[in-house]
Amino acid sequence: MTPLPLVAVAGSPNAGKSALFNALTGARQKVGNYPGVTVERHSGRLTLADGRPVEMVDLPGAYSLDPASPDEAVTRDVLLGRQKGERQPDALVIVLDASNLDNHLRFALQLTELGLPTIIALNMVDLARRDGLELDSKRLSDELGVPVIETVAVRRRGIKELQAALDDMLSAPFCGVHKHVKSDLVHLQRRAREIATAAVVSETPVRRWTHRLDAVLLHPVIGPVILALIMFVMFQAVFAWSQVPVAWIASGVAWLSGAAGAALPPGLVRSLVVDGAIAGVGAVITFLPQILILFFFILLLEGTGYMVRAAFLMDRLMHGVGLSGRAFIPLLSSFACAVPGIMATRTIDDPKDRLTTILVAPLMTCSARLPVYTLIISAFIPNRQLVWGVGLQGVVMFGLYIVGITGALSAAYVLRRGVLKGSGGGFMMELPKYQWPPLKDVAIGILTRAQIFLKRAGTIILGTTIILWALASIPQAGPGQKQSEVSIAGHIATGIEHVVKPIGFNHDIALALLPAMAAREVAVSAIATVYSLDAGDDAAANRTLVQNLQHRWSLATALAFLAWFVFAPQCISTIAVTRRETNGWKWPLFMVTYLFALAYLAAGATYWIAVAAGLGGT
Amino acid sequence: MNAPFQPEVLGLDRLPVGSKGRVLTIDWAALDEAEGCRLRHFGFDEGVTVEPLHLGPFGRDPIAVRVGRMTVAIRRRHAGAIQVQPIR
Repeated sequence: MTPLPLVAVAGSPNAGKSALFNALTGARQKVGNYPGVTVERHSGRLTLADGRPVEMVDLPGAYSLDPASPDEAVTRDVLLGRQKGERQPDALVIVLDASNLDNHLRFALQLTELGLPTIIALNMVDLARRDGLELDSKRLSDELGVPVIETVAVRRRGIKELQAALDDMLSAPFCGVHKHVKSDLVHLQRRAREIATAAVVSETPVRRWTHRLDAVLLHPVIGPVILALIMFVMFQAVFAWSQVPVAWIASGVAWLSGAAGAALPPGLVRSLVVDGAIAGVGAVITFLPQILILFFFILLLEGTGYMVRAAFLMDRLMHGVGLSGRAFIPLLSSFACAVPGIMATRTIDDPKDRLTTILVAPLMTCSARLPVYTLIISAFIPNRQLVWGVGLQGVVMFGLYIVGITGALSAAYVLRRGVLKGSGGGFMMELPKYQWPPLKDVAIGILTRAQIFLKRAGTIILGTTIILWALASIPQAGPGQKQSEVSIAGHIATGIEHVVKPIGFNHDIALALLPAMAAREVAVSAIATVYSLDAGDDAAANRTLVQNLQHRWSLATALAFLAWFVFAPQCISTIAVTRRETNGWKWPLFMVTYLFALAYLAAGATYWIAVAAGLGGT
Repeated sequence: MNAPFQPEVLGLDRLPVGSKGRVLTIDWAALDEAEGCRLRHFGFDEGVTVEPLHLGPFGRDPIAVRVGRMTVAIRRRHAGAIQVQPIR
């Protein structure tokens, strides 16, 4: 079978390339990675008028064939037929921002020199017109020697015409590719300016919308205030909007485990399905609503052009610890969950900046730590008012957040001066025009994220939870024995206990640490299970979880446990997503090692200081 | 600074917001290869007109500069490598 003709969509960042790609291919897209690099490959299908299918690939945005980032290197290599895992395209659609021709034409000229059959989509002509710029696309076509179609991809205008032009082009016989003739940049830029000037019919200076908005949004005082407000709304939404769908998913999981429990005979298989697979994966997919709401905001901020402004406002502060402004949103997102936060680091161009951001993201206090913090704080920190309206419990909770943030920034500072030393890409970004992204494109983006997350839940997370289940269930406890002691996990916990005893952890905690690897909040249910299983004496059975904790743990142990959870990388999903985003086990292993080391030291220091202060007794 | 002395050539980092300047020289040696490449891609070149539009809220860094039809954000350190002549 001969492969389908491959058409590549290329263009500079902010030319509306992805919107055009979405308009041409619709929602059925495949997202993968180019081998060996963390650059996403978006592909889709287009059917020509005569029914022939064509494969379309959306190349990463690039300003030139001389790459300044890994994304641009992929674009160049695909176009020159040198990229592993991709054949050379048969034809090219170049997307240009009509209001930024003098810059974008330089890349277009470089691309037409390749000699591939090419069509130019002169995109966002509406925005150019809004800015008072009238262009002659016929003249542009004559100058460049390729067809030029005017489009407004976000409103699907000009898409039919573009398809018809593709139809014509792919029907014509094709006579091979030229070598990459490397014209020098200065010459290309000059030629680009000439053509751009020639193509302008008229230009009326108008007060541009973007300029007016930036005067407010980038204002040195108002700008940061608005950013803080937007972030506040975003986090409110992540928690408030997700409650209902989380409840649906939780009841769906409960129904499923009830149905499976009823259908299967008691025994190991039922335990595997109900306690292992359904409970484990169920716990993880309850995060899906929060992740999707967060991504809705991220895609919206990205699509409107505000994201770059947020990075602009925060760059100086992030620069202080060796990160760039681009790291702000991913780190902030990690307060909800490190998984989407790490996924959002794809917007950071510089590989070292990005890797540093990924490695410190798990230190931001994610929502899964809240159940653990809440339980321990309510059991051990007295509910006392410090001053009116400020309770001690709230202060401790706030302190834990501050320790997380300080830890993340310090870790970034150290990493940037140690293993990830280097000047980094600095901060050089285009501030695109503001525009309202089509909700369909936002929906496609959310759908793609949901697919990626669910695929991981179905594979690596399912696998790990089954292993954890096996460790906790085999061998089965006989009559009069405790499952928590007989099982492999019980024996491992005894081993762990030797290691964690110096930092004040008891056997209960050692046992909870293992299942908590699946997700931090599992620690709470694990501790609860241990106490309910071991409820041999009636006194213990009648106590609540909080009372049991107060009975068995010293305050020093409780504080050490909190300190541990600030740092410990207790989350399989985070480790898995780090592996995926860094393309190997090296960095996730590094991350797990340094975070466990920090957790151990922090918990130890807390415990020893607390014991010295006389808080060691139960 | 009470003398009414205005230097004819200054770094882009010292060009006041809202005023325009023509790029005289760019000290490519002060930038690494990717940075220089990126500046060129944005259209920074000898002879083009630039206009600082906004400054970051902390330490007046980075700087949003209009170059051609684009607005780009660059850090103060990089702007310092670009020598401009103010246009009055």
